[in-house]
Amino acid sequence: MIDLDDIDRAILRALVRDATQSAVALSGRIGLSQPATWRRVKRLRDTGILVGQRVSLDAAKLGFGVTVFLGIKLATKGRVSLDDFERAVTAIPEVQLVEHVLGLYDYRLRVVARDLADFERVLRRRVMTLPGVGDVEANVLLSEERRPGPL
Amino acid sequence: MLDDLDRRLLRQLQAEPTLTAAELGQRAGVSALKATRRLGRLHERGILKGQHAVIDWRALGYAVAVSLRITLDKTHARAFDEFLDTARGIAEVTEIQTFLGRVDVRLCVIARDMAHYQQIYRKQILALPHMADIEALMTVATLRDDESLPL
Repeated sequence: MIDLDDIDRAILRALVRDATQSAVALSGRIGLSQPATWRRVKRLRDTGILVGQRVSLDAAKLGFGVTVFLGIKLATKGRVSLDDFERAVTAIPEVQLVEHVLGLYDYRLRVVARDLADFERVLRRRVMTLPGVGDVEANVLLSEERRPGPL
Repeated sequence: MLDDLDRRLLRQLQAEPTLTAAELGQRAGVSALKATRRLGRLHERGILKGQHAVIDWRALGYAVAVSLRITLDKTHARAFDEFLDTARGIAEVTEIQTFLGRVDVRLCVIARDMAHYQQIYRKQILALPHMADIEALMTVATLRDDESLPL
């Protein structure tokens, strides 16, 4: 684990806001020379803190009006059923996130769909047919915000 | 709406956000110039919103991630607003979502270890206003998290 200083944190905050900004813009923003900025960004990448970047698309404008978070309990447990379930669930195109969790549920999923009817299709045909699936709880996303976190 | 080329370009960009317009064009079977123009138009229309760097909190020493599922006491008219305002003040909260369903709000909380989590939970989470119920799901493993849309 490496220790970050205020400049590293400023770089991380800036890149989380906009990962496509030029080296000139980034160095100007944090007040360092370009080579010094580049060295710091490289170090953040090499130490595995910066793990790439993500394209942000307007889901609603692309016709995906509904996002649902699912909690899933497996009906049967054991190593084989976990493997089967995980292989099948990660292959569903509408599933954006799969987390193995401890607590009331075994898995947490994030699912996108065009509308509620489309979500029902995904739920019935793809999720409820997953190997070993038991209890499923659905919560429809109304709003979401990403916070900078402890930077 | 979108035509096939837009979709192909966005699919490639989602899969590999660091590709240049020329590389994207090549993969989608068009010239760099055409790819640049199309991507520019997707930007103008607000469909392509930008790119964000992804931080691996584990590499920064945050080994614990917990989903807190919270039900609010809705007899207070301002329960949501006051809860969300206070939650935004907790540095270790990285995501806030609101839902229609059994759960009202989800907070993603990260911590260095279980002792640190317990401290955040007792001092800051339990002090949040208007909570009627709270459940925790602890992340064991993230099997998929790309937030890509099935275009």
